Amino acid sequence: MFTIPDFPALQDAINRATEVEVLLALRSGSPGLNGLAALLSPAAEPHLSAMAKRSGAITSQRFGRTIQMYAPVYLSSFCTNRCAYCGFSAGNAIDRRVLTFAEAESEAMILHQRGFSHLLLVSGEAPAKVGVEYLEELALRLRGRFAALSIEVQPLATEEYARLFQAGITSVAVYQETYDRDIYKQVHLAGRKADFDYRLETPARAAAAGMREVGIGALLGLADWRAEGLALGLHLAWLRKHYWRTGLTVSFPRMRPAQGEFKPLAPVSERNLSQMIFALRMFDPDVGLYLSTREEARYRDGMIGLGPTRYSAGSCTAPGGYGLADAGGEQFEVGDNRSLAEVSAVIQQKGFDPVRKDWDAVFQTKEDRQQAA
Amino acid sequence: MLTIAGRKFRSRLFGGTGKFSSPEVMKEALAASGCEMVTVALRRVDLNNPADDIMSVLDRDRYLFLPNTSGARDAGEAIRLARLARASGGGEWLKLEVTPDPRTLLPDPIETLKATEELVKEGFKVLPYINADPILALRLQDAGAVAVMPLGSPIGTNQGVLTRFQIEIIIAQAQVPVIVDAGLGAPSHVAEAMEMGADAVLVNTAIAVAGDPVRMARAFAMAVQAGRIAYEAGLGAVSKDAAPSSPDDGLGFLR
Repeated sequence: MFTIPDFPALQDAINRATEVEVLLALRSGSPGLNGLAALLSPAAEPHLSAMAKRSGAITSQRFGRTIQMYAPVYLSSFCTNRCAYCGFSAGNAIDRRVLTFAEAESEAMILHQRGFSHLLLVSGEAPAKVGVEYLEELALRLRGRFAALSIEVQPLATEEYARLFQAGITSVAVYQETYDRDIYKQVHLAGRKADFDYRLETPARAAAAGMREVGIGALLGLADWRAEGLALGLHLAWLRKHYWRTGLTVSFPRMRPAQGEFKPLAPVSERNLSQMIFALRMFDPDVGLYLSTREEARYRDGMIGLGPTRYSAGSCTAPGGYGLADAGGEQFEVGDNRSLAEVSAVIQQKGFDPVRKDWDAVFQTKEDRQQAA
Repeated sequence: MLTIAGRKFRSRLFGGTGKFSSPEVMKEALAASGCEMVTVALRRVDLNNPADDIMSVLDRDRYLFLPNTSGARDAGEAIRLARLARASGGGEWLKLEVTPDPRTLLPDPIETLKATEELVKEGFKVLPYINADPILALRLQDAGAVAVMPLGSPIGTNQGVLTRFQIEIIIAQAQVPVIVDAGLGAPSHVAEAMEMGADAVLVNTAIAVAGDPVRMARAFAMAVQAGRIAYEAGLGAVSKDAAPSSPDDGLGFLR
């Protein structure tokens, strides 16, 4: 079972790093965990431009001159957890809604018409509203029309993930929010999510179920981002050892204004975020890195080619937000409102190909199902 | 001239369609490479869609499309993808890739052999991507593969022909064409493979992510030709000892 060292131990490892160790990590083909600690440390800050260059070179080598495009579909804003930072938190007075299958399909088809082939299905954590049956049925309805379907929903059991994989779900994203147990307890006030360890073990359950890809992440703004970065590196390394068939990704959700007016406990600047992205890229050349519309257009444009490999565009974080007149409340405000075409144009100007299809439903489609569809 | 499964190829350089900065750059680079066979990832293209960004810029009269099963983790997935490709007009040619480890993308020998056996039965012309294992190459040949594609080094690594010792054995033993694939990062690497007697090479990353992919494609084409001509001309043997041009062979005592 994956366990995480105490946060102070991680911080200590980072703070001990010297500039010499930073320079060694910059030169090394595989910096390892010690190198990652150095690259995340304050001692690495004067070397941010060298890190950017190295991170960009590794990314181009491994992923080519491409960026994969995706969009989220918010299915439900119901949530049984009370999380101090989240717009969907059970205590917040927002208009809640859960999409019917027809509504969810219509939202997905709007994205299809806009040119998306990779979808991320997102919901608040309320199994009675969006449970395994709901996700399975929706996946079966959508999969013939999309190349890849990912989910970002409540943690599920291994058997449930296996069932969703059969139905055509390609990958699972589940963020620990923070690897700092104390802060975790402090911000997760009630609900199933208050169980730190159950959540920590979730990526392994998804991988064990055969999911193609598993995404991890920390919500930036809750605790020391440097230690979160090292914890993410440890988690990646553990998953690679134990589930060698599973592709891995990391997201970097940085706190945005949300309903409830929670102020970040540990603000993360753009320079900090960049350092974290470059460090993780150098640590793990093969990991897919997401940079979502939480970030502003200027920052996203600047980061093209420097490490991230997946961009969303035109995202709306409210259930029904793409086409329904009576959409529910948003989870958070996005920072980049541009359309897929607009974001793609910038990616092309920078000499990269915005790839819309890089998977195929047929990988997971049993032929009997395919014929039935 | 190179012949694979009865089809003749003037160029011994095969191209790929991944990792390019745009479909236009890809098109120009492939044209500059002079290649006649290009591999396309089935996961990446929509074969049925004439407006697909890759399919729409490549002339199918000029290039033989070699669909590949990139992303398949086992024989079952690869077979499903192959059938889909054929049903969508992708033809019978297939580059079989079964790579269960998404990190190294090294091929699974057991699943590759299983899939080859089945796909050959179904009438596909199978070109399996393999680690440079001579016995596996022979097993695949016996199973009906029309060529074998051993790797020089892990895909995308630009490390060149690290598997030289084993590729030499494959070339010596195989009856089917040997196409060195993956890890060839510089024109000197492909020249080396061709000098060794490889029938062809496949290059994608090194061209696609080069500063100037079009010029790099031309450089690779020239290196393939140079290596092939050198092979055909007969390279001198490599020796640790100096070999004087007017040797005293130590046999002067003979009458």
